[in-house]
Amino acid sequence: MSLLDAIRLALTQIRVQKLKSFFTLLGVTIGVMFLIAVVSIVNGMSKYMEEDFAAKFLGVNTFTLRRFPDFNMGDVTEATWREWQRRPQITVEDANAVRDALPPQTRWAIQDMTWGSPSTQYRNGGPQSLVAAVSADYFFIKNLDVERGRVFTEQEEMVGAPVVVIGKETADTFFPNIDPLGRELRLEGLPFRVIGVLQKQGSTFGLSLDRQVIGPFHSDLKRVTKSRRGLYGVLVQGTTNMIQQDAQERAREVMRRRHHLHPSEPDDFVFETSESALSGWQSIKQALTIGSLVLPAIGLVVGAIVIMNIMLVAVADRTREIGIRKALGAKRRDILAQFLVESATLSVVGAIFGIGLGFGLSALVRFLFPSMPSSVALWSVAVSVVVGGTVGIIAGVYPASRAARLDPILALRSD
Amino acid sequence: MSLIEQDIPMSTTAERRVVTSAPGVAPSSDWVIVTRGITRDYDMGGEIVHALRGVELAVRRNEYVAIMGPSGSGKSTLMNLIGCLDTPSAGEYWLNGVLVSRMADDELARVRNREIGFVFQTFNLLPRATALQNVELPLVYAGVSSAERKTRAKEALARVQLADRMDHRPNELSGGQRQRVAIARALVNRPAILLADEPTGNLDSTTSEEIMRVFEELSASGQTVIMVTHEQDIAAHARRVVVLRDGRVSSDETRETFLATLSARSA
Repeated sequence: MSLLDAIRLALTQIRVQKLKSFFTLLGVTIGVMFLIAVVSIVNGMSKYMEEDFAAKFLGVNTFTLRRFPDFNMGDVTEATWREWQRRPQITVEDANAVRDALPPQTRWAIQDMTWGSPSTQYRNGGPQSLVAAVSADYFFIKNLDVERGRVFTEQEEMVGAPVVVIGKETADTFFPNIDPLGRELRLEGLPFRVIGVLQKQGSTFGLSLDRQVIGPFHSDLKRVTKSRRGLYGVLVQGTTNMIQQDAQERAREVMRRRHHLHPSEPDDFVFETSESALSGWQSIKQALTIGSLVLPAIGLVVGAIVIMNIMLVAVADRTREIGIRKALGAKRRDILAQFLVESATLSVVGAIFGIGLGFGLSALVRFLFPSMPSSVALWSVAVSVVVGGTVGIIAGVYPASRAARLDPILALRSD
Repeated sequence: MSLIEQDIPMSTTAERRVVTSAPGVAPSSDWVIVTRGITRDYDMGGEIVHALRGVELAVRRNEYVAIMGPSGSGKSTLMNLIGCLDTPSAGEYWLNGVLVSRMADDELARVRNREIGFVFQTFNLLPRATALQNVELPLVYAGVSSAERKTRAKEALARVQLADRMDHRPNELSGGQRQRVAIARALVNRPAILLADEPTGNLDSTTSEEIMRVFEELSASGQTVIMVTHEQDIAAHARRVVVLRDGRVSSDETRETFLATLSARSA
């Protein structure tokens, strides 16, 4: 009997017993559904981490010169932490020296940050905002655009004009139903004039990017951020990755010279890039994938057991049929193949349903969490079909071999 | 002149005795079935039951033989052995010139597929398959291509006047039609013998006559037919009647002699 005949026979069997087949397939269907969904969700998170999160926080072709990393995915030991605390601060002088050493086609910005509580005459107290004292190119490096008003100029930054650009949420909170442009916003009692409102940024990891206040570094804002004790970091962006690398090497030389480091000593500062921030993510992703595969695995094991049971019942139900087939010349291997193919087909059909539902689940996740673009990986679809077939074959071995061993005389006599 | 009255040369009892008493020697090609002292013992929980105690049977090509016997006579066991569903405990069974009594399961399956066409009392059609698919089944296991299978199965159904019913499932057919589908299935692989086990056991007398007519036509066209039955009037359609008793052949007569004996006994 050809494989095609056997598959056709199996499909007929499924069609004839729709309800029974449905329950039979449930385990495999659920298993595969979760397999597809888990892979797609992890993929989505990965995409989010790599393209959205890292790019948003750290910028494209950008490095941040810092005392020690801000984004940490791995474990930091006590010893490392202590070593970091002993490192010298990054100062304004460092920032300027780096700027002077940069190659062309780069942008540079001082970035200092703290959490602060703004207040206005309309609202006093409320959620904290991220307060950033930066130089003018910060907006270009971070690709921040205003919804209304404008960002501050290089001149305003140089003279330390008391102006701020605020996030959408900060604007809505502290200027309820009022145009914030030209109005005053205070930070630790110091007055600043709002000149722009940023476009909506959304949030990452529950951290709203729309609650921020950005002002010129040379304004009074640096008293809020307490920049005399050292900067958050120095941002440098190259127009290409090559230029970024080049700029990074030049900055490294400058900093090592300034810190009087001997060639044998390691750097006592870091360059944080989206790649470096994500270095720990890969291992998290791996653990996440393996961990979340437990669910589909359980589904598949249950599916296999159910299929085995159903196949045992099928063999018992169709003992007479097996007898007839044997009388008409079916060899052991024909009967074995018939039931193996039936069980594998059953399982693959279950897997196909599971793939469909997996797509659905993935779409649902995408709908619920638009920031995580979960997408079904093609390889996981292929794996699902193979896994489905394998589960079916494994589950079918015992029932099929029982069928194949049946004595035709006894089988013909059964009813 | 009716088909049954045709004068087909019958082998004599003496001839048969010669054929069945030459152990290890392949019978000449005009003998389809030759058994030499076949026995079949069953172990029923430690107690050995001797279902067959040495059966000598020789059937020529194109014979039409009925095997009779009361229940427990061993006729079912003999049918299973002739049909290669089982192998004897001792003795030789030559089917179409091949010694099959020592064959393994898969070889027997092949022999059943090529040499034997079964017709059962309960028809044994696959309930969910159409008449055509049922008839195709032996060809599936013979490895015949799908297109040729269809052609040959249609031919076989036409032979039993069921060409117009080939897309019907068994439950859409009458008992007689079902049995004719089974006969078509039995014939489709051109077997050496048509082996029928109580072929009219589930049919009314009119339909039984109809099936017997089909058998007679097949016999007339050269098909060897072996029929196991316990009904004398059905057995009387065959041209030779073998009666089993206690696992042995108790009589082996032509139809005429058998009928004469019957009327003598009832008289």
